[in-house]
Amino acid sequence: MAAGVLDRANVDAVLNDLDEYAVEEGLRIVEANSPTKEAGEGSGHSITLISMGPERATEAIRKALSMGADDAILISDPSLAGSDALATSLVLAEVIKKGNYDLVLCGTESTDARMSVVPAMIAERLSWGQLTFAGKVKVDLAASSVEIERVTEFGNQVMSAKFPAVLSVIEKINEPRYPSFKGIMAAKKKTITTMSLADTGLAASNVGASAAWSAVKDSLPRPARGAGVKFTDDGHGGEKLVEFLVEKRLA
Amino acid sequence: MSTVIFLVDHNGGKVAKATGELATFAKTIGESVAVVFAANPAEIVTQLSNFPVDKVITVSGDLEKNGPAALAEGLAQIITAKKPAAFLITSTASGKEIAGRVAVKTGSGIITDAIGVDKDLITTQSVFGGSTTVHAAVTTGVPIITLRANSIEAAAATSTPTTEEFAVTISDSAKLATITSATPVVKGGRPDLTEAAIVVSGGRGTNGDFKPVEALADALGAAVGASRAATDAGWYPHSHQVGQTGKTVSPQLYVAAGISGAIQHRAGMQTSKTIVAINKDPEAPILELADFAVVGDLFNVLPQATAQIIARKG
Ligand SMILES: Cc1cc2nc3c(=O)[nH]c(=O)nc-3n(C[C@H](O)[C@H](O)[C@H](O)COP(=O)(O)OP(=O)(O)OC[C@H]3O[C@@H](n4cnc5c(N)ncnc54)[C@H](O)[C@@H]3O)c2cc1C
Ligand SMILES: Nc1ncnc2c1ncn2[C@@H]1O[C@H](COP(=O)(O)O)[C@@H](O)[C@H]1O
Repeated sequence: MAAGVLDRANVDAVLNDLDEYAVEEGLRIVEANSPTKEAGEGSGHSITLISMGPERATEAIRKALSMGADDAILISDPSLAGSDALATSLVLAEVIKKGNYDLVLCGTESTDARMSVVPAMIAERLSWGQLTFAGKVKVDLAASSVEIERVTEFGNQVMSAKFPAVLSVIEKINEPRYPSFKGIMAAKKKTITTMSLADTGLAASNVGASAAWSAVKDSLPRPARGAGVKFTDDGHGGEKLVEFLVEKRLA
Repeated sequence: MSTVIFLVDHNGGKVAKATGELATFAKTIGESVAVVFAANPAEIVTQLSNFPVDKVITVSGDLEKNGPAALAEGLAQIITAKKPAAFLITSTASGKEIAGRVAVKTGSGIITDAIGVDKDLITTQSVFGGSTTVHAAVTTGVPIITLRANSIEAAAATSTPTTEEFAVTISDSAKLATITSATPVVKGGRPDLTEAAIVVSGGRGTNGDFKPVEALADALGAAVGASRAATDAGWYPHSHQVGQTGKTVSPQLYVAAGISGAIQHRAGMQTSKTIVAINKDPEAPILELADFAVVGDLFNVLPQATAQIIARKG
C-alpha cells in the first residue's frame, strides 16, 4: 500500500499544523500493517509526501520526513504562485494520478487560507471515494477498504470506501510524534523530487493568479474594535456586565 | 430576472435557521429558488413558506447516504439545467465540500466563508481573524458562494413557492463512499452553537465546572461553547469547541469566561458583533477584543450576572 500526504505549506514554510495529524495517521496505518511494526522499507508499504509550494517548503517536508515518511514530491514553479483552491487541487490531483497510491491523507484545511475544500476537490477530480473529517480511520488491507468516523456539526457518521480514497483527518485523531534523532538523521538522506509545472503536464494557463476564477475587488482593514471598557471587579462586576448588556439591548 | 439557487440544509426533518438566511440573500438578488434533497421532501417544503422562497426544486431519494459526492453531482445537474446567476450554500464543513465539488463539476469559481453577498454578486469576507474585510467576485462560471450562518437577519415571509420535482442521475463514481451508520448529536434544550444569537463559552478558567457558564447561557437563552483546553480536558463535548479546529460562530453576543484568547480560539469567534470577556488576568489577550471586560473571578461574576438577569425578567 502507498499513501500520499498533502501539505499546502504555508508562508512561514512550517509544516502546516493540521497536516502533522495526516502524516501521523499515515504512519500509524503503515505501522499497524507492517510485520516489523515500523514504517520504512521493511514495512512493505510506503508514504510519499506531496506538496505544492515555493522552494522553501522543503523545510516543512524535511520535518515530515523525519517523522518517518519515505520520500516526497515538491511541485514548485513561479507560475503556480497565487493559485486558488481549484488550481491547487488540479495540480495535486494530476501529480497523485502519476503515482500508484491507495490512500491520500490530508489535513482538514490549511492554517492560512482555511477554505477546507481542497481534499473534496481532489476526490472529485480523481473520482476516488471521499472520506473527510475523519476522527477515526480503520484500514482493512485484505479487503482494500477503509472506514472512517466522519465528525460533522450534526453528529458522527461511519463512512467507508474501497481503495483508492481521499481522506482528511481532524486534529482530535491522534497526537503527532516528535521526530526522533534517528529520524532526523535518516530524513537527510531521503529523496525530495522537485517537479516543475511542465513536469505535471498542465499548461500555465490553468494555474496561478491569472487562472483564478474569482477576484478580490478590495481589501480594507476593518475598523479596529473601539477600545472596550475594562472593569476591575470590586464585587459588582456581574451587575456592571448586565448593565452593559441591557444598554446594548442584549439582555 | 436573475435566479439564485440555494441548498436547503435540514437535519432530523427540520430546516436549519441558516437556510432562511440563504433565502433572504437570494431574494435580494433575484428569484429565490430552494433545492431540497430528502427522502420525503414534502415535510421540508412546508417549512420553507416561512422564508422568502419563490420556487422549490425537490429531489427525492436517499442521496445523502453517499455523502458530499452525490449531493454535489445532483446540484451540478440542477445548476447546468437552470443556469442560475449564483448558487448559495451554508458554510458548514459539508456545505463547503459540496460547494468545492460543484465548482469543479460546473467549471465555476468559488468563494467560501462569505458574510455577505450583494445584488451584483460581490461578496464580503472577514479574513485574518476579522482584522480585514475583503470584497470579491467570481469571474468564471456560476458563482458558487458559501455563506456563514448568522450573517444576515432572516427575513420573515409567508410565501407560497411553486414546486418542481427534478430527476437527477447519480453516477457510480459519486457512490464510492457510503455512510453505513450515523449518530446524530443529542440535542439539549439549548440552541445550536452555530445558529445561536448568543454564545457563552467557558475555558480552562472554569477548572472543569461549567455550571456557572450554563446558568448564564440559560438566563440569556444562549448556546454553550468551550475552548479547546476545556474540550481536551473532557469538561465539555468536542462538538461545542469554538475555534480554528472547532466551530466558527458569529453571534450577536459572545461571552468568553476563563478563556485567554489564543489565536486559534479567536479564529472561531472574532466576527461576533459584541464580545464580552471575564478573566482574572488583566493582560489576557481576549481583553483586546472585548467590548466589555470584567477583570475578575468568573465564579463571582457569572453567578451575579445570572441572578441579575433573572431578577430583571421578574
Ligand atoms: C492546531 C491547533 C488548533 C487549535 N484549535 C483550537 C480551537 O479550535 N479552539 C480553541 O479554543 N483552542 C484551539 N487551540 C488551542 C489554543 O492554542 C489554546 O491552547 C486554547 O484556546 C486555550 O484555552 P483556554 O483559553 O481555555 O485556556 P488558557 O489559555 O489556559 O486560558 C485560561 C484563562 O482563564 C483565566 N482564568 C483562570 N481562572 C479563572 C477564574 N477563576 N476566573 C476568570 N478567569 C480565569 C486565565 O487568566 C486564563 O486567561 C488550538 C491549538 C492548535 C495548536
Ligand atoms: N513558486 C511556487 N511554486 C509552487 N507553488 C507555489 C509557489 N508560490 C506559491 N505557490 C502555491 O500557490 C498557492 C497560492 O499561494 P500564494 O501565491 O501565496 O497565494 C499556495 O498553495 C502556494 O503554496
